[in-house]
Amino acid sequence: MSRIKNKIVLVLILIPVWILVYKYLQEISEFIVFRIFQLTPEKHLTETLRFFIFEVPKVLMLLVLIIFVVGIIRTYFSPEKTRKALEGKPLFVGNVVASLLGIVTPFCSCSAIPLFLGFVEAGIPLGVTFSFLIAAPMINEVALVLLIGLFGWKVALIYVLTGLSIAIMAGFILEKLKLTRYVADWVYKTHAKQSLEEEQAKTLNQRISAGGEVVKEIVGKIWIYILIGIAVGAGAHGFVPDEYLAGALGSQNWYSVPLAILVGIPLYSNAAGIIPIVSVLIEKGVTLGTALAFMMSVIGLSLPEIIILKKVLKWQLIGVFIGVVAIGIIIVGLIFNYIVFI
Amino acid sequence: MEIKVLGSGCARCKALEKLTSKAVEELNLDATVEKVEDIQKIMEYAVMRTPALVIDEKVVLSGQVPKINDLKELLTNNL
Repeated sequence: MSRIKNKIVLVLILIPVWILVYKYLQEISEFIVFRIFQLTPEKHLTETLRFFIFEVPKVLMLLVLIIFVVGIIRTYFSPEKTRKALEGKPLFVGNVVASLLGIVTPFCSCSAIPLFLGFVEAGIPLGVTFSFLIAAPMINEVALVLLIGLFGWKVALIYVLTGLSIAIMAGFILEKLKLTRYVADWVYKTHAKQSLEEEQAKTLNQRISAGGEVVKEIVGKIWIYILIGIAVGAGAHGFVPDEYLAGALGSQNWYSVPLAILVGIPLYSNAAGIIPIVSVLIEKGVTLGTALAFMMSVIGLSLPEIIILKKVLKWQLIGVFIGVVAIGIIIVGLIFNYIVFI
Repeated sequence: MEIKVLGSGCARCKALEKLTSKAVEELNLDATVEKVEDIQKIMEYAVMRTPALVIDEKVVLSGQVPKINDLKELLTNNL
């Protein structure tokens, strides 16, 4: 019993400490760079180092906090519950709910197939299933953290809202296209022999441990990508002149958005590696819409996931799927490039 | 007792298989550990998250790799 209390108390103690350190991070990083390392301001190397020393702890701290919170929220959701919530929902409403649940339901692309089959078996329309499968990887907590950390909450919100719209609309359109015949034939022949028992309700203490576990697992896996991403970003921040990329990818070149998507699909990176780099792209003159499009195609449309989906979908359907999502991303990119210029 | 680890070859699935074998060995259980990789067979158990653990045809765990002590408890409870 005493251990149970300890965990909640521990969290309550750590939160103010977190807030305090985060609030004074700028001062701490400047103290390290100017006082301890004695570097002169305004030099390339100083700027690079200052950027790195400030951004790395900032992003890691945000990461720990948000993954922890999301980890706890996710203990209230499961694919099984999501499936139940989606059963019998009419089209469009189904797409909206599926996309929203895609954000909070625990999901790993390695489980995409059992999840897809589970949804199909429950009679959930293909388009609704797709809404879930688009939203789940695209809008994830790591992307959210990095967007808040490096661009501020407005861009993060834009990313979430546009990502949701793409998931909803793409799923809706895919359903309207009546593509069921392009699902691998065996999919409709599998039948579960048993149904899964309801999970036991968890205690708050268990939820906190679950949150802690997720932090350990995810941060343990991605910290190195973040470090590399921010190091590349820091290098460019200090040494590449501003507006350097404005010519090819920045101006109102209409082809910059589709080009960014084409480059982004085969690139497989998690949000952790790509977003710090994207933040520098923007700083050096790439417009927000193009950068958003690039980010979405890297995170949302990835080759490994497509290869996994190939097991259950015929190539025609995969083609249409990529096409619809890519068009959605292009529209988002163009809209934002346009807004930025008016 | 008949233990099956359901999973289509992802890293976590392999981790669960290893852990299960280790737990069985340490507990000295008379059990077979089998890895099921065929997705159609996996779906017969109605799991939506891999890896999953099946003891005597009953799904006891899905979507996570537990700590070894929790796994041992799970195994002894399902004897």
